[in-house]
Amino acid sequence: MSRTLVTVNGEPRELDAGATVADLVALLAATPDGRGVAVAVDGEVVPRGAWQDTELARGAQIEVLVAVQGG
Amino acid sequence: MSDALQIAGRTFESRLILGTGGFTSHELLARALAESGAEMCTVALRRLDPAARGSILDVLDAAGVQVLPNTAGCFTARDAIITAQLAREAFATDWIKLEVIGDDRTLLPDAVELVDAAETLVDDGFVVLPYTTDDPVLARRLEDVGCAAVMPLGSPIGSGMGIRNPYNLTIMVERAGVPVVLDAGVGTASDAALAMELGCEAVLCASAISRAHDPVAMARAIRLAVQSGLLARGAGRIPRRLHAQASTPEEGIPVFDGPDAAG
Repeated sequence: MSRTLVTVNGEPRELDAGATVADLVALLAATPDGRGVAVAVDGEVVPRGAWQDTELARGAQIEVLVAVQGG
Repeated sequence: MSDALQIAGRTFESRLILGTGGFTSHELLARALAESGAEMCTVALRRLDPAARGSILDVLDAAGVQVLPNTAGCFTARDAIITAQLAREAFATDWIKLEVIGDDRTLLPDAVELVDAAETLVDDGFVVLPYTTDDPVLARRLEDVGCAAVMPLGSPIGSGMGIRNPYNLTIMVERAGVPVVLDAGVGTASDAALAMELGCEAVLCASAISRAHDPVAMARAIRLAVQSGLLARGAGRIPRRLHAQASTPEEGIPVFDGPDAAG
């Protein structure tokens, strides 16, 4: 299967070609429903409802954020 | 003033909002949160750490409190707006504690970027609670663009220096049409009581509790101080006077002179 090189939280990462935001969240996040998780791709917010349909292109800069203590 | 706090049409019995930064464990946060009586807690968004154990959301969900995401760490309106939008996705809430910081060392707000971000977020449907300086004019500008509250500092974040300019806060409260929430600088219970006595509607407190030697005891102390300050404000303090005014009657004071008394 071909692979796509992207950047996740500042680190290079190989994903399956055609991987979506939902695939990446499932790979990384402990919470299955993704509550408390937010994703930006190339500086744009990806709404939760679009995770399933948003494919990650080669070179995409992805931020996967979670809730932490603060404020 | 009623006993309940109202922000953007939502009612809170507690006038203490707990900031969650600085607790050494989720377990300690949970215990302090219970003791604080807070019904709303701040959270932040940061890059996912695959090694992290447990989520702060589990603690907050178990306590049944409202989550108030912040935009801590943002130095521009653009970054704060994106962070707020991400928080809306992560936590399914339109509420945002808006922080746009202008300086790394003081963590003071950048007024220009703050108003800009607040206006954009209000237009985008957010309930915006901005962390601001203790400037009554800036507070009015934030209110004018539609913020649901204004949250002035008493002194810099985490400094524990209390309320450095009570007169500015008094002016702000006098003119504000939205709740004024003291949002930084509390070092101990008396600071929180003073904020309420000055007319603040609530106090947001993190470090004073989380970094106290005994955070659970300090959570209780500050909860009681907030209640105390509100009660005292309602009760109406006496005017300050330069000289003494005896509280015991001056009539009927006995004279103890005997026949040998001199003069």
